Amino acid sequence: MKTYEILSKKDTRSGFGEGLYEAAVKNKNVVALCADLIGSLKMNAFVKEFPDRFIQTGIAEANMIGIAAGLTIGGKIPFAGTFANFATGRVYDQIRQSVAYAGKNVKICASHAGLTLGEDGATHQILEDIGLMKMLPNMYVINTCDFNQTKAATLAIADYVGPVYLRFGRPVVPNFIPENMPFEIGKGIVLNEGRDVSIFATGHLVWKAIEAGHILATQGIDAEIINLHTIKPLDEKRVLSSVSKTSCAVIAEEHQLFGGLGESIASLCAASRPVPMEFVAVRDVFGQSGTPEELMVKYRLDTPDIVSAALKVITRKQ
Amino acid sequence: MNVNLNEIASQVRRDALRMIHAVNSGHPGGSLGCADLLVALYFKVMKHNVNFNMDGNGEDLFFLSNGHIAPAWYSVLARYGYFDVKELSTLRKLNSRLQGHPATEKKLPGIRMASGSLGQGISVAIGAATAKKLNNDPQLIFCLTGDGELQEGQIWEAAMFAAAKKVDNLIVIIDYNGKQIDGPVDEVLSLGDLTAKWHAFGWDVLNMNGNNMDDVLNTLDAAIAHTKKNKPVVIIMKTEMGFGVDFMMGTHKWHGVAPNDEQLASALNQLPETLGDY
Repeated sequence: MKTYEILSKKDTRSGFGEGLYEAAVKNKNVVALCADLIGSLKMNAFVKEFPDRFIQTGIAEANMIGIAAGLTIGGKIPFAGTFANFATGRVYDQIRQSVAYAGKNVKICASHAGLTLGEDGATHQILEDIGLMKMLPNMYVINTCDFNQTKAATLAIADYVGPVYLRFGRPVVPNFIPENMPFEIGKGIVLNEGRDVSIFATGHLVWKAIEAGHILATQGIDAEIINLHTIKPLDEKRVLSSVSKTSCAVIAEEHQLFGGLGESIASLCAASRPVPMEFVAVRDVFGQSGTPEELMVKYRLDTPDIVSAALKVITRKQ
Repeated sequence: MNVNLNEIASQVRRDALRMIHAVNSGHPGGSLGCADLLVALYFKVMKHNVNFNMDGNGEDLFFLSNGHIAPAWYSVLARYGYFDVKELSTLRKLNSRLQGHPATEKKLPGIRMASGSLGQGISVAIGAATAKKLNNDPQLIFCLTGDGELQEGQIWEAAMFAAAKKVDNLIVIIDYNGKQIDGPVDEVLSLGDLTAKWHAFGWDVLNMNGNNMDDVLNTLDAAIAHTKKNKPVVIIMKTEMGFGVDFMMGTHKWHGVAPNDEQLASALNQLPETLGDY
């Protein structure tokens, strides 16, 4: 099992903030919008350096999405940032009509996704956003795993022309993706090659998948660990080649089982290469207040949950 | 004066009714009510280019928030030369570029935004207006909305924003026909004193009769003179739903119903064919 050094511990949202700033330095058409959450989205550096290219909409997310869509007409590349809950569920129809259907080059940048938002509780802990966004034709969906990947993804989506949903989070987590690794939209990253089980992970569950891989290795299990940062378009080739080798899979994500990465992989494999699967995801319940760590344990999204899912799925192989 | 524009508007009304009749679905009422405004904007007021490009730099841009009146808009675009008028016959048919509500997906020249789900157009127009400012483009943004549509909350988010952020290269026009699907706007959900509301939100407010070409042209000129003075501009445009066809006026019933053969013939008798039917 390959070892990854923790380069630092940082929040993914700070990666977004740095990426946004760099994207703005590189391209004068990059503009940003925020609905009263500049500090939470780490947009301070952008706001300070580029005040004329920043649009504060106040607590009016529907208007923010519409303005972002309009800004693309005239060649701007708008990054619209707020909490994931307000960036998706609250404004679904605005995104559907004015961004996705209209095919506008809007980057919806969503922080505080999932349970790891923590103490604010279920009103803010959206676990359905990946599903909402991946169902929209034209929409790309990206969920990054650490600071470096979030920064690289932010820069990459500035160069891609089309609607993107970029999902990241609140807590400080291990930063382990090499700083200069280019971000390729739609390309999975093989973190460890293995033969016994494929573990596909996205977002904050990627580091936990690596931890699980080490534990499995002590039990003689050789896990293939793949980071699927892009949920849509899915790296189908990578998924199918991995399960063809391992003949079973675990999918781990900080999201509802319904509508998540696991569902995408299951439907792909059901059609092309059926294998036993286990899912580490939230099971049709809302979250609650608690620390991020407590919540990940409570809702079975922790390292031991990935380990036990892997052990179980291996026993189901023919 | 403006005989020519009125003649074009008559043809646009004919086109809209014939399009809707042919496919037995669509929204004649608002299409007829707004025909004069659309003709005035495209044939006289706006600077725009039939060689369509999405960004529209250096052009005045128009956004239709109440997308259901698309038939009149499609007719105006075709009559101005954005695409062949023969294509009007494809409205709402499979694989047509003339979708039931405006869409960019099929790349119909002249359309910059999908609309139909109401309440979104002013926000989009603000975005386009902001892009123009960032690009040092002096041209203006026009946006037409319905009146029933003002019941959507997003409209007032946009109204608050445009005034607070001094989006003063934007002219919003409200089609104030007082009717919506379920009946008179006042009965469904009264808008109250619209002039006072827009004033209170910080907009320059003008009024006009949207079915009088002279008034439309004069008021649009006045509205343009009000731009670039740190405030957004709104025109409350009184119209008659179904204007130009006697039996379609004075009722909300023609909001979204197609005329039958007999009704079409009666309507066309009231609308001179000025540019040749498609």
